[in-house]
Amino acid sequence: MSNDILTVENLKKHFVIGYTGLIHREPITVKAVDGVSFSIREGETFGLVGESGSGKSTVAYITVGMYRPTSGTIYLRGEDLFAQGDERPLRFKKEIQIVYQDPGSSLNPRRTIKDILDLPLRIHQPHKNRTLEILRLLNEVELPPDYMHKYPRQLSGGEKQIIAIARALASDPSLIVLDEPTSALDVSVQGKVINLLIRLQQELNLSYLFITHDLSLMRNVATRVAIMYLGKICEVADAAEFFQNPQHPYTQMLLSSIPVLSEEEEKLKPSKIHSIGEIPSPVNVPPGCSFHQRCPYVMDVCKVVDPVMVETGPGHTVRCHLFEQPPAPAAVPETSSTVEAAT
Amino acid sequence: MAQQTAEWTGFNITEQELRRMRWQTRRENLGRSWYKFSRNPLSVVGGATVLIIILAAIFAPYITPYPDHATRPFTDFANASQPPSLEHWFGTDEIGRDIFSRTVFGFRFSLTMGVVVLSMVVPVGVILGLIAGYFQGSRIDTIIMRITDIFLAVPPLILALAIASVLEPNLFNSMVAVSLMWWPWYTRLVYGQATALRNEFFVSSAEVTGASTAHILFREILPNTLSPIFTKISLDMGWVIIIGASLSFVGLGVQPPKPGLGTMVASGAKYLPDQWWISLFPALAIVVLVLGFNLLGDGLRDLFAAEEI
Amino acid sequence: MSVTPLLEIKNLHVEFKVYGGVLKVLDGVDFRVNVGEKVGLVGETGCGKTTTMKAILRILPVPPARITGGEVLFKGRDILKMKERELRETRGRGISMIFQDPTAALNPVFTIGAQLEPVIRHASPENRRLSKKELRKLAVIPLKEVALADPERLLDAYPIQLSGGMRQRVCIGMALATNPELLIADEPGTSLDVTIQDQVLRLLQRLVEQRHSSVILISHTLGIVRQMCDRVYVMYAGNMVEEAPTRKLFANPLHPYTRGLMAAVPRLSGGGVAMGIPGRIPSYLHPPSGCRFHPRCPQAMEICKHEKPAFQQAEDDHRVACFLYDPAVAEPQKEATTA
Repeated sequence: MSNDILTVENLKKHFVIGYTGLIHREPITVKAVDGVSFSIREGETFGLVGESGSGKSTVAYITVGMYRPTSGTIYLRGEDLFAQGDERPLRFKKEIQIVYQDPGSSLNPRRTIKDILDLPLRIHQPHKNRTLEILRLLNEVELPPDYMHKYPRQLSGGEKQIIAIARALASDPSLIVLDEPTSALDVSVQGKVINLLIRLQQELNLSYLFITHDLSLMRNVATRVAIMYLGKICEVADAAEFFQNPQHPYTQMLLSSIPVLSEEEEKLKPSKIHSIGEIPSPVNVPPGCSFHQRCPYVMDVCKVVDPVMVETGPGHTVRCHLFEQPPAPAAVPETSSTVEAAT
Repeated sequence: MAQQTAEWTGFNITEQELRRMRWQTRRENLGRSWYKFSRNPLSVVGGATVLIIILAAIFAPYITPYPDHATRPFTDFANASQPPSLEHWFGTDEIGRDIFSRTVFGFRFSLTMGVVVLSMVVPVGVILGLIAGYFQGSRIDTIIMRITDIFLAVPPLILALAIASVLEPNLFNSMVAVSLMWWPWYTRLVYGQATALRNEFFVSSAEVTGASTAHILFREILPNTLSPIFTKISLDMGWVIIIGASLSFVGLGVQPPKPGLGTMVASGAKYLPDQWWISLFPALAIVVLVLGFNLLGDGLRDLFAAEEI
Repeated sequence: MSVTPLLEIKNLHVEFKVYGGVLKVLDGVDFRVNVGEKVGLVGETGCGKTTTMKAILRILPVPPARITGGEVLFKGRDILKMKERELRETRGRGISMIFQDPTAALNPVFTIGAQLEPVIRHASPENRRLSKKELRKLAVIPLKEVALADPERLLDAYPIQLSGGMRQRVCIGMALATNPELLIADEPGTSLDVTIQDQVLRLLQRLVEQRHSSVILISHTLGIVRQMCDRVYVMYAGNMVEEAPTRKLFANPLHPYTRGLMAAVPRLSGGGVAMGIPGRIPSYLHPPSGCRFHPRCPQAMEICKHEKPAFQQAEDDHRVACFLYDPAVAEPQKEATTA
């Protein structure tokens, strides 16, 4: 598709977190991201939802270049972001920016707002008058000019996050990764930040990779939604379809767990499925489908074979054996016995 | 820039107004800092003591009654070993020199020692700590930190004694000796801070934007380590002065007839307890100076700690 | 449902002395929990809900905190005036607490058993005479109740060996082990993932219903309160602004702050994200005159700037602190606008 701004292809990131034993040292790896593929269209908000350990933040960090993937890659308008070795070229850094979850940590407490906004301008817009540019940015995000000389601690949480957004805008990017941009904020402040993001997106034709664990928020901001569980994407669909017709059992479990405010919303929650079980540690991902231990529809095949993505409707893909057609072939018992023999 | 800020920024304010805003916020910040510092009376006392001693040392030739007694060879056996009097506030020593004048001049050596040692030690230690901390886990980190460990394993005073006794005993050599054993502490301090700070998102953000390593080390990480560094500098001034005085006391620092405080204590020790004033006043001067720096250091620590909240 | 009050806070004032003056944090808080009732306390960061709870348990740091007025009656006796022994008794058996962060609530250097057993030992006079073995047997019960697998082994585990959800379950088990009459749950499950939070909340709900314990649930998540509670208080800047049975409050919020808060929550049914409430929570150093919400209130009137609205009934069991519902103020106002 030509109007994709970002294409993620079979992305994997495995972290080595330690070694076993003393003599036979085998690396212990966490498969934080394990084969993730999706694409973001120009001007859309692509929502990535998941709980802790799902790898959603790792995807974000790889996208902005904090990590190199173990395998797989990301294309920005067809260009491979990781083609040029370790250091990502500046022109890619300019195009992709990030807003972090915790505004307390993402703004340097010892630098003024002016210093903070100055850095991306100095690197990416060197020919411009930076003081004027900083004023323009402040105006863009609706903050008064005297904020220039303030320190982050003099700002409220919401204002800090707005400064973080202004910093991301400073390099004039086309894609902004929003890593839980409002989860540290009070709900009465959240609206202001979200609406600012929506307005900026329309005015500047930005694309967003919006990461959150808040499905209710996702419903209202995303054009498409992908859901991650233990390093893999379970389901991708257009936002409206995703919430009206959730198919993956994990999606249903997530939706049914959300505390809501009205009967109308209550009806949208899948009622047949309740949250059970613990989220497995990403060090010890269960074999087969990683969700099978918590899944109420678990079948024998799920314990052995990891399902693949199948399309169940236009733009709606699910990674679940329930939707595979034809239902798992005869090879299943065989695989099952070999695996059991191996273990 | 034009007098009027360009309209496309969306604001219509003059440069002057912008400057006024900057000064206003700065003044507010300074005011708050001073308020916090001054809330603890002891740190104000410490700061004032240090300030007075520094001024006294600088203007020693103009404020001491007998500057000659300290700056050039001088003997006046007629007035030797006089107890404290109105004429000689701290008395005179065994060859008739005014101890008060010599003590004030003695501050010059102590302060020079502290300032020179720390201005050699702090930049080296801090930069090494920043580099090792930021590149934690790399080869550079290993090399820097192992060298640091080696220096930390040597007992400091012994090393200083060894160096000072091998080389010609004088103030400069004893400063070199103290410096050699002092920088690792700053490396360790900053290393600990930097390893924590490198994981902060503001550092990631600078990296992701494409900032240079120098920018990240000195503009993003360093400012956040300044509070413990300044606190340590103030406390260390006291330590360096004590070590300098100790070296002088055993004859490896300031050489007589120069009025080092430690040297004066040592030379007066022979006449204890009868002519107690010869040793006591220089010794008290060391105590007051070190105490002043320590109180100031505590005040700075409180100031920076409160700022985080 | 019984309407005997178990806990009653009357006109509580709490101040904090800080650099630059006095923070008037609680400004006349009224609050009541009846026997067997689950009461929600909703408010945003810094609204005073945690200070209120600390005042109930008398764990406010004094100084800088100072209780300048009001009383906290637990079964008719004022906690603020209790002697040390009586207070310990009340804290130990009468009131239990579950904290937001189960990791911080458990001591990392002791096993679960070592932390649970003393709680059980002090739960009743008979338990004090129990041997170590008998105590251990009793300690398994609360862990079983919170649906933890293999409770025997858990007693010897350290907190770090458990997941966040399991730790929160242990905390719940520990808090309920003494069969408290009142359980204070401060943002339970907020630090957990949503599917685990759902499990924990459903468990908590089942257990307190079994025991007919009263519950105060403090939360900034309206949805959780709606799911769990019978009655809800809404707090803003040190004042209670609205109180109603849960169903009523969510169907018909009255106070402009409550309305703003509810409108700001993104809905699963879509409809976009509202702008939220303009401005920010006021400084406690110089709180706004009159109604503390008036600078942010879209419906502020002249009187709101000068007088503090009383927390009074708008309907039979629906109380609100707002002049819009004060017949003496609102009626003439309406007439003026219609004319």
